[in-house]
Amino acid sequence: MNIVVCVKQVPDTATERKLRSDDKTLDRDAADGVINELCEYAVEEALRLKEANGGEVTVLTMGPDKATDTIRKALAMGADKAVHLVDPALHGSDALSTSYALAQTLKKIGFDLVILGSESTDARTGMLAAMLAERLGVPQLTLANKVEVGKGEITVQRVTDYGFDKVAATLPAVISVVEKINEPRYPSFKGIMAAKKKPVQTFGIADAEIDAALVGLAGAWSEVADFAAAPPRAAGAVVKDEGDGGVKAADFLTSKKFI
Amino acid sequence: MAEILVLVEQIDGDVKKVTLELLTLARTLGEPSAVWAGPGYSDTAKARLAEFGAAKVYVADSADIADYVVAPKAELLASLVAAKSPAAVLLAATAEGKEVAGRLAVKTDSGVITDAVGVGEGFVADQSIFGGGINVHSRVTKGTPIIAVRPNSTAPVAEAGAAVEEKVEVALSDAARGARVVERVKQEKGARPELTEAAIVVSGGRGVGSGENFAIIEKLADSLGAAVGASRAATDAGWYPHAFQVGQTGKTVSPQLYIAAGISGAIQHRAGMQTSKTIVVINKDPEAPIFEIADFGVVGDLHQVVPQLTEEIAKRK
Ligand SMILES: Cc1cc2nc3c(=O)[nH]c(=O)nc-3n(C[C@H](O)[C@H](O)[C@H](O)COP(=O)(O)OP(=O)(O)OC[C@H]3O[C@@H](n4cnc5c(N)ncnc54)[C@H](O)[C@@H]3O)c2cc1C
Repeated sequence: MNIVVCVKQVPDTATERKLRSDDKTLDRDAADGVINELCEYAVEEALRLKEANGGEVTVLTMGPDKATDTIRKALAMGADKAVHLVDPALHGSDALSTSYALAQTLKKIGFDLVILGSESTDARTGMLAAMLAERLGVPQLTLANKVEVGKGEITVQRVTDYGFDKVAATLPAVISVVEKINEPRYPSFKGIMAAKKKPVQTFGIADAEIDAALVGLAGAWSEVADFAAAPPRAAGAVVKDEGDGGVKAADFLTSKKFI
Repeated sequence: MAEILVLVEQIDGDVKKVTLELLTLARTLGEPSAVWAGPGYSDTAKARLAEFGAAKVYVADSADIADYVVAPKAELLASLVAAKSPAAVLLAATAEGKEVAGRLAVKTDSGVITDAVGVGEGFVADQSIFGGGINVHSRVTKGTPIIAVRPNSTAPVAEAGAAVEEKVEVALSDAARGARVVERVKQEKGARPELTEAAIVVSGGRGVGSGENFAIIEKLADSLGAAVGASRAATDAGWYPHAFQVGQTGKTVSPQLYIAAGISGAIQHRAGMQTSKTIVVINKDPEAPIFEIADFGVVGDLHQVVPQLTEEIAKRK
């Protein structure tokens, strides 16, 4: 089975994240780039499916040069090879452009199963897997907290508001996985060394037949008009519990008409 | 007046609160038409949509729409966008709502904005990003604006509409029947409201200490008719199910009141609750960063403070 796992580099959530004042895109230099945590679950699920069913795991990343760190991390976990879609024309792409660029690349490299994390911690749109399925014309089995692959078939448990749906489809398909579907492995020393020798193919937009007019800031379907730092929340009263902390909290709730 | 499509969210035929919010918001932008996708349209549903100002209701009640994942709803909306040329489409920024929005954007070659906390003139959307640190105004520049709005962003206000029913037949493509729902499993949640929709959320963190101790968080929640949430430390420890995790990689909530007990206020937790209207904190460490965003805080042991608060609420009701 040919599994492609889409992995994104994001700014570390623990550092301050900013938008650039010039073109209003994410300032990727201001923050350390790390693998999007939810993508680690996707890589782990890909490796488990490969271990159970055989096949090969390819990492696909769209991002600037420095995203190679993230690719190495996924390779060190055990993925076999990688494709890095990198091109200045892609800078500033929105979710629609990104899904278009990734779909074009996926058509080139081929797949039986595409796995994504349920969202990225920076953009948080949660739409990419659905958009990819739409563009590729294959079934969408997203928000999975359990995945089973049989002969040419796939079943997942899709997390819903009320519990979950069991969803079935035939391959090829696009899936996304949620946090806690598995326990992502730490790369071993051997894995880290091996990752250095694994093939990473670089794609520019021409290689994936991506129309430059449909990507980047100019190709975006939406724009940031303006932005500002959120006004800090005014810190309210803090009382020390002297045996009446609950009563005081109740007084506050009463004053705000919650009781 | 400009027609605004609003995709109805419902469970077992009951219109969800977020839909009433969307109808209220849509009335400030134009004339709302509700879109009912799937079986179960009833007089009760109609009455509810009329009460909150739906001028029309497009009803596509074929079972297929609910039996396949997401794609049929996007196809239905795309056909309505083509036929009715609405000024915008509003959906709830729930996990599924955003997926429908994404597919619809691809189908209609239109821009899409997710997690809006408000929508103003010219369909300019307000967003709160990076854990609430930055406020952004964004707008769609191509096609029909598709905007997914965060639950609890607008207070639902009733205003009668005609809710004129129009049946819609959709011939679903094969591609839309790719992922079939073979079974729906409803997990018992009791009488508590849904986390993302709830007006009040009571969350517990590592300070709660154990799964059994979450009972005190649940009791406080029940005394206020609230939903229960949890920090990742609590879900990691297995004290509470992951479905109730609030934060960066969990649910985003924006209730009228958020009570955080035994939660330190890590940026990743704040990312999921920072837009709550009122925040109350109970934590034994006066230095915990969560106090920085608290409207009211109690420094103390939650095992004393929470049960006392629950008791007080019972007394005052
Ligand atoms: C990529 C990424 C994504 C993440 N996503 C999320 C997410 O979605 N949601 C989330 O919550 N976290 C998330 N985290 C984790 C986050 O960084 C914190 O580790 C987590 O929020 C801590 O949970 P906590 O506040 O319950 O625990 P702690 O930080 O350990 O805080 C416990 C608090 O309880 C207080 N306390 C202890 N005992 C008592 C008592 N008896 N009475 C009163 N107070 C007491 C302590 O003073 C302390 O402030 C994420 C982290 C990363 C890196």
